[in-house]
Amino acid sequence: MAFEKIDRSAKELVLTVQDYFLFSFRAALNLFSRPLYWADFIVQSDIIGVGSATIVIFAGFFTGGVLAVQSAATLASFGATAVTGRFVAMSMIRELGAVLTGIMVSGRNASSMASELGSMVVTEQIDAMRALGVDPIRKLVTPRIYATVAMLFFLTIVSDFCGILGGAAVTVFMNGQNGTQYFSMAYEYLHYPDILQGLVKPLLFGFLISSIGCFYGMRTTGGTQGVGRSTIQAVVWASVMIIFSDLLVSILMVSIFS
Amino acid sequence: MRANPMPAAELPTTDTKAAVVAFHDVTISFEGPPVLRGISFSLGPRETRILLGPAGVGKSVLLKATNGLICPDSGSIYLFGEDISSMKESSLFALRARTGMVFQEGALFDSLSVRDNVAYQLIQEHVPDDEIDRRVKEALLFVGLEHTFALFPGSLSGGMRRRVAIARALIHNPDLLLYDSPTGGLDPVTSTTIIELIVKQRDFYKTPSIMVTHRLQDAFTMVTHRYDSEKGAMVPLPEGETDPNTTFMMLNEGQMIFDGSIHELVASQDPFVREFLE
Repeated sequence: MAFEKIDRSAKELVLTVQDYFLFSFRAALNLFSRPLYWADFIVQSDIIGVGSATIVIFAGFFTGGVLAVQSAATLASFGATAVTGRFVAMSMIRELGAVLTGIMVSGRNASSMASELGSMVVTEQIDAMRALGVDPIRKLVTPRIYATVAMLFFLTIVSDFCGILGGAAVTVFMNGQNGTQYFSMAYEYLHYPDILQGLVKPLLFGFLISSIGCFYGMRTTGGTQGVGRSTIQAVVWASVMIIFSDLLVSILMVSIFS
Repeated sequence: MRANPMPAAELPTTDTKAAVVAFHDVTISFEGPPVLRGISFSLGPRETRILLGPAGVGKSVLLKATNGLICPDSGSIYLFGEDISSMKESSLFALRARTGMVFQEGALFDSLSVRDNVAYQLIQEHVPDDEIDRRVKEALLFVGLEHTFALFPGSLSGGMRRRVAIARALIHNPDLLLYDSPTGGLDPVTSTTIIELIVKQRDFYKTPSIMVTHRLQDAFTMVTHRYDSEKGAMVPLPEGETDPNTTFMMLNEGQMIFDGSIHELVASQDPFVREFLE
């Protein structure tokens, strides 16, 4: 009995992964054929990019501040508080800027995509769209995927910038250190591979957030309760996949550039 | 009465080509036992088929299979003479654009105004705004809701939403109309308004249609009434007369148990049909 259950669950998992790959592959390929819904891309970019800007700015600023507080306390025991700027900038640009922005946007947008599309499924709006001769994947999913990829890239840059500013604020106003030293240390030790690593990740994270959000939304079943279930699954899986793919990209990048 | 429809193999090819819709031995199942089993029927030009049956027997599934929203496990479905049972989704869009479908709860897009809902297909085709406005007003006038032009679906009543959904289905002058329980959950007065619209559409534009319902009263009203364009209202046909182009089908437990006229329906000795009628 238990074996049958494990067997069924394993098959369902494999089927879900297969469906997800087919779904996201099809949605991504739609960019290369007509019709293209540019107006929907702009609207989604506004919702995802402009709408998430405030939380990303605050999250980045406070994270940079926390990094400065924690690192300065540790570095002081080695008499190396001067390298706080380097520590904050490297941490933000290589890792935290992309990951935190990804998780923030995942919580805000993967959930909204899953619930919005899920509600459309259970109220037959997706079927209505298909009946009206419009491909819902092309119309709803493709613009969301490309808008999230594009916007997460810029949001990560904003987050990195705000994180370094937050670190500077703590370093200058709380720790009483020199601001010029902080910024010169942050700049001097930053190399192109660090920036590349920090900017490749949001492209991948953006794809994962939107494709997972839309995937769970589009396969919603079971009425309003099903919409709630899809939303939870979308946020959980998008967050887990962000951290997992971050590990893989970091291993790859470090092995390439070390 | 055609209690046992002809098997797929015996259906003449010309029927399939001439028919607007033709089902040949169609079986559909999801997880579990089949929802539809061996369904065969056809819909000719100018014909209206009313699909009767209690809730949960597969009426909506049959309707969704008609324009390829659901694919059959076996058998074939012909829409406008083309076999859609194994057609790719991308090829189906052009055929679906020729059909108008009214969903159970209307399925209006909540984020769009009534104007944009009704004009959805026209907007996708980049029709000029002036023409869109004109055609939307025309369609809304047909369903008596021209004042809702700028409203959003959230501010409409259940009956008004169905009427807007009918306007959306009609705006593209479809070659086939599919109504999925258009009066379900509505009060008798609103139901009659909806049925009047469907009769008006049937008698005015003569578009072939399939209407799913579990309400016998609506089905009988459709077959015993006609639309009088001079009076601008639905009027009863003379005593004993019925609309010859409106016929009935009945589903039970996924099988077609009846296919015929109103007279054959009321004369049927099938125990389930009798129970349903009584």
